[in-house]
Amino acid sequence: MTELHLRINGTPRRVRADVRSTLLDLLREHLGLTGTKKGCDHGLCGACTVTVEGERVLSCLTLAVSIDGASVETIEGSDPQIDALQCAFLRHDGFQCGYCTSGQITSARAMLREVARGDLSVASFEGCRHTVPEGPQHLCDDEIRERMAGNICRCGAYANIVAAIRDAAGAPS
Amino acid sequence: MKTFAFEHADTVVGAVRSATAGARYYAGGTNLLDLMKLGVETPAALVDIGRLDLRAITATDSGGVLVGAGATNSAVANHPVIRRDYPMLSQAILSGATTQIRNMATAGGNLMQRTRCPYFMDPSFAHCNKRDPGSGCAARDGFNREHALFGASAACVAVHPSDMAVALAALDARVHVRGPAGSRTVGLDEFFVLPGESPERDNTLRPAELITGIELPPSRLARHSWYLKVRDRHSYAFALVSVAAGVELLDGEIVAAALALGGVAATPWRVAAAEAILIGARATDTAFRAAAELITADAVPLAQNGFKVDLARNSVVRALRRASAGHATAPTR
Repeated sequence: MTELHLRINGTPRRVRADVRSTLLDLLREHLGLTGTKKGCDHGLCGACTVTVEGERVLSCLTLAVSIDGASVETIEGSDPQIDALQCAFLRHDGFQCGYCTSGQITSARAMLREVARGDLSVASFEGCRHTVPEGPQHLCDDEIRERMAGNICRCGAYANIVAAIRDAAGAPS
Repeated sequence: MKTFAFEHADTVVGAVRSATAGARYYAGGTNLLDLMKLGVETPAALVDIGRLDLRAITATDSGGVLVGAGATNSAVANHPVIRRDYPMLSQAILSGATTQIRNMATAGGNLMQRTRCPYFMDPSFAHCNKRDPGSGCAARDGFNREHALFGASAACVAVHPSDMAVALAALDARVHVRGPAGSRTVGLDEFFVLPGESPERDNTLRPAELITGIELPPSRLARHSWYLKVRDRHSYAFALVSVAAGVELLDGEIVAAALALGGVAATPWRVAAAEAILIGARATDTAFRAAAELITADAVPLAQNGFKVDLARNSVVRALRRASAGHATAPTR
């Protein structure tokens, strides 16, 4: 057993866990934070997406001991009031069974921050001359799809997920 | 998963010392931890190199750039100097995996990732010389539609999965390593190895050597380069074929060319003769087709991957066409 110190959703937590624990199992089994979902457990589906130091990662492929001392945000870290992105998912019916939704929303929140600071996706290379140096000015559907490719929806609610994110991003439809 | 000892390295020297004593380097973990879950890898000890001071991306005196081995794939792809001077590298990195994985995976780890051959990834298959030397190769006569066209052997037909490495090959990158005997640099063309009779080796790193950085020389290809990746689905899949293409044009004539293929061999596949026949030619489909024919003439397809020969030929033409048309990013000078 190894002792870890993590800041989870703003609160310092001390956890004793097996050295083999992934961040995903630590959240779900030791901290009772079951909003983060275990889908494939092999980094293929994105249901376990959380942020570490503000950047989205896969908690199933994060060895908890490797991030000792880090700040982690999960879906439970949201304000009690649902935010604009969550409202957009409701309005556009961006789910069916809902199992991937916490990962989709956590991922999309981080993605909107990435776009705001000018990060690229591979779709950006199809843009105009200034896109690659400066980042895309407009979050088109191709950009949304590419940037959200790490979050699989088994029900196939993609069209509504894209619509919800487009709406929340304030992009024209 | 088998348990293991775990330590955070504070210094490169300390990390190399731990590796010399038998520990495995652990960085982003996106591939190694997965292989540990699958039982393909069973290290007794891990030394975490994620806290070493190896994340910087800095200009070199020669006008190139040195990418720290610990820089994340996202950090490299989004770095302003990489976007401006090596857009093909940015494009290649962003063609691979997903943002979540690129935020975790490091530049050094990208080079160290193992093949995704399904027989390698699943220990319930008995025959894989890369995983279990001497056990045979289930892919040779099994599921091999994704496997190698070039440089394979009777022992192994797996391909290297990295997109980044294909662009690095076209950009003449050099890998900086530190080991028990000191530091050295290895050209990317000498870093990866074909399987031969020892497919358990992916590269020429010596025991306990640690990748500390990847150096790119100055490039004249930024204005006319493209990374084309063809795969079974539009995103988040490994390449069936990929092409890193870059040319330098002078009044419509090709004066420099770099061409490397991915998804077709255990190493990035660069063919000097194909680059040579482009030099002096007009940047037209005629020249691009000649280069493509020259590359694919040496293909040795397996039972299921013959389609990749046509795919490779057409992809080379398409990539050269996109590159020559001028990069979307091309700085106006």
